Amino acid sequence: MTQIGTGEAIVFWVCAVLSVTGALGLILSRRTVHSALWLALTMISLAVLYIANAAPFLGMVQIIVYTGAVMMLFLFVLMVVGVDSADSLVETLRGQRVAAILLAVGFGVLLTAGLGSALSGTMARGLDEANAQFGGNVEGIARLLFADYIIAFEIVAALLITAALGALVLTHRERIRPRVTQADLSRQRVASGAPGPKPTPGVYARHNAVDTPALLPDGTLAEDSVPAPLRARGDLRPIDTGAVEETRILAEGSPAVGPDVTPIADDPGSSPGEPR
Amino acid sequence: MNPENYIILSGLLFTIGALGVLIRRNAIVVFMSVELMLNAANLAFVSFARINGDLDGQVVAFFVMIVAAAEVVVGLAIIVTIFRTRRSASIDEPNLLKY
Amino acid sequence: MIGTGAVVAQTAPTLEPLNAATGIFGYIWLLIALPLAGAIILLTTGRLLQRWGHLLAVALVSAAAILGIAMLIEMMGRAAEDRAFEQTLFTWVFAGQFNVDAAFQLDQLSMVFVLLITIVGSIIHIYSIGYMAHDPDRRRFFGFLNLFIAAMLLLVLADNYLLLYVGWEGVGLASYLLIGFWQYKSSAAAAAKKAFVINRVGDVGLSLAIMLMFVTFGSVTFDTVFANAGEASDSTLTWIGLLLLLAAAGKSAQFPLQAWLLDAMEGPTPVSALIHAATMVTAGVYLIVRSNAIYDRTVFAATAVVVIGVITMIIGAVIGSAKDDIKKALAGSTMSQIGYMVLAAGLGPVGYVFAIFHLLTHGVFKANLFLSAGSVMHGMNNGVNMRRFGALRAAMVVTFAAFTAGYLAIMGIPPFSGFYSKDKIIHAAFEQNNIVGIAAVLAAGITGFYMTRIMVMTFLGKARWEDDAHPHESPPVMTIPLIILGIGSAFLGMALVYWGDIESWLAPVTGIEDRPLAIATWLLELITLGVVLMGVAAAVWVYRHNVPIEPPQKVSALTVAARQNLYDDATNDLVAVRPTWYTARFLVWFDNRAVDGFVNGSAAAIGGLSGRLRRLQTGFTRTYALVMVVGVVVVLATLALVMLP
Repeated sequence: MTQIGTGEAIVFWVCAVLSVTGALGLILSRRTVHSALWLALTMISLAVLYIANAAPFLGMVQIIVYTGAVMMLFLFVLMVVGVDSADSLVETLRGQRVAAILLAVGFGVLLTAGLGSALSGTMARGLDEANAQFGGNVEGIARLLFADYIIAFEIVAALLITAALGALVLTHRERIRPRVTQADLSRQRVASGAPGPKPTPGVYARHNAVDTPALLPDGTLAEDSVPAPLRARGDLRPIDTGAVEETRILAEGSPAVGPDVTPIADDPGSSPGEPR
Repeated sequence: MNPENYIILSGLLFTIGALGVLIRRNAIVVFMSVELMLNAANLAFVSFARINGDLDGQVVAFFVMIVAAAEVVVGLAIIVTIFRTRRSASIDEPNLLKY
Repeated sequence: MIGTGAVVAQTAPTLEPLNAATGIFGYIWLLIALPLAGAIILLTTGRLLQRWGHLLAVALVSAAAILGIAMLIEMMGRAAEDRAFEQTLFTWVFAGQFNVDAAFQLDQLSMVFVLLITIVGSIIHIYSIGYMAHDPDRRRFFGFLNLFIAAMLLLVLADNYLLLYVGWEGVGLASYLLIGFWQYKSSAAAAAKKAFVINRVGDVGLSLAIMLMFVTFGSVTFDTVFANAGEASDSTLTWIGLLLLLAAAGKSAQFPLQAWLLDAMEGPTPVSALIHAATMVTAGVYLIVRSNAIYDRTVFAATAVVVIGVITMIIGAVIGSAKDDIKKALAGSTMSQIGYMVLAAGLGPVGYVFAIFHLLTHGVFKANLFLSAGSVMHGMNNGVNMRRFGALRAAMVVTFAAFTAGYLAIMGIPPFSGFYSKDKIIHAAFEQNNIVGIAAVLAAGITGFYMTRIMVMTFLGKARWEDDAHPHESPPVMTIPLIILGIGSAFLGMALVYWGDIESWLAPVTGIEDRPLAIATWLLELITLGVVLMGVAAAVWVYRHNVPIEPPQKVSALTVAARQNLYDDATNDLVAVRPTWYTARFLVWFDNRAVDGFVNGSAAAIGGLSGRLRRLQTGFTRTYALVMVVGVVVVLATLALVMLP
């Protein structure tokens, strides 16, 4: 029997608090991405606990596979579904929340009481012998895996292959419209009356900052010259209105300089795009 | 400190995961709660392995992780497919089996 | 107490072994086969034999009668212990321990019955040729008559109770068919049904008795039962006796199953004469006398028999005194006379022989009386209302003479046959019990009254005929049987006492006892005769003036009751019909409400329950998850409760 030292006790308490916090955060966050991140926190603290329990291999696998791969998979799907999707936390089913909390509390109490009384006073045997038997934790696990549990291993391997295939099949989308070829695209363009390619970025730009909108020939803002996230956030830089007016006059074909108007070119000192 | 503390912690995490399944409406959050429950079980396995001085618990935890990974793959594929047609990830939406 | 109780002469019945049937007795089966063949032929060949079928029936029954007489002569030539014969035809029932043969037993008792049935039967067959001459269904009538004769012979010739039961049922069937012969008359059909149903109640008694006998004795054959009767317990014997009494009451129209006999007069008169006077109604008496080994050993059942006999004797006479229908009046008389026989049979060895003796003489004179009534009806356009008869003695001389012979016989006027048989019964009654004796004498007085009433209303006094009535004597085919029966009524009693010595003839079968009375026999006979003549005088005095055509309404309560048959129909209705009807109605209600209600109700309950339960299926995954967690919590709690302490 090995005693559990104080060092491990500290690790336990810290990681226990962290994992419970993570779990509570998972179920209580409004935004889905936050829930995913809280779960990642829990998983990492659990990995630490595994290592504390003389299972270093498993701890590493937890971080690499679980947190690294599985949680990332979750995040990818969150992106597909909508990263800013948020649940309203108002419960729609009558009585569900109350019943759920009561039941969960009862469940927890029963579990704790049962497990606690069953396990009171147990001492840990410790894995020193088991680990030493084959020269290390990894070797020990490998021994068990490939000798005693070889059948389960093979079946689980088949399961993984099946899962991968299943995911492929499930997410496959049949093409329901004929593939648009380049010839068709070109025909469409010619038919629409604007055969040429769209102006490359910067043709109508007033400034080379990505958040400055470009001006169209008639002086209006070209909305799609600013990337969509910024557009969605409303992060457009304001435009010099004088320049707009000047552009409009130029577009109409009248001389830009009149008796009341200061010619542009005579205005020294300001860099283009700077507001006057 | 007893090794049973790990087991209690595992039970607590399991309960929180179960609560999450019952309360949250977003399918992905529900799925994540299920993952939490699996993790809690894994912790229990590893602790018992240590208590009994046997590596079998760790091997089983290993298998649980693999199966959980496979499950996540298929489950998320299903959620994506449903999301494509219904444009919603709420698990309250598909209620056609009601009386 | 008139009887001193000391026994003067006593002979116990000897259960001698039965001889195998050889010689003429090898044809015992033919006695039954002849009329049975007649019945089958006549009933299955249809119109083919329409013209002469009835003659075949008469011939077959007469042949059986001749065969019977031959057997009698042969039997008389043998010694007293040697007169019983047994013939087995085949094994009928072999079911484990219950074995019954189709076998016949011809001894002194069955011999006299065979003679009565076949001879009186033949006479009535001949009479029926004339009586049913104008009936288109005559062939069917004779077929049924033959069927009856065959069944009755089977009844008296059987050597075990089960075969007797077959004959018993057969005569019941024939009675039903013959009462309801004119089916188109609803009253006849109803009367036939009534007779059959009331008979059935009695038949229950016989079946139960047979079952009880089998359980007690292991067999239902007469020899086995009577030989072992001493070993059965008292209560068993009493029950057997009571059940047999129930059967006899049903068949012989004794109280309380007497309601059918008066209605049975709906049948043609030859039927009333043969079945409901001479033979079928006496089957009950035969049953009791045949089972004397049982009744000798159970005082309770024997007393019950006496009580039933006395009651019926009195009520039959009272009812017969108030009826205007000549046949119904004679039927009441039959009921009363059979009450005499049953009474005598219940008295034990002192009375068995006299019961049979009276049965024989009654068979002859009652058949005589009924056939005379039939002749009167034939001459009066089938009218039966005595209030429309009167002064027929001049118009129907032969009928009147025959009727007078029967009249004197039934009243017990010496030296006519009834005197011998009835007075012996009264003597036997006094030997046992004074009250029974006094009742018998009283009934004799009432007999005098009602018979004189019939005589006065029908043949004497002034004519009260309807306008279209032309009374005329019946044709010879009807009057000759009347004459034969009239001679029989006159002389049979004397013959059986002095020449035939009926007492020693029957004693080996039934046993006989004789106890002295405190008064001399001739004095008793004189007193009885006096009472009878008082009855006659009373009738003459009541009807000394003209008989009113409409029945008088201002009459005593007893007369009113007697006109209603002493309310027997009302009683039956109250006791049996109404409860059955209410039970049936209740059962129907119960079936509709309770049983159907239960079935439909449980279906509705399940439907309602499922309607509520399906609301659990909300369609939301989270609800299902909740329910699952509920289940888990329950399981955990149970585990905790079980394992933790």
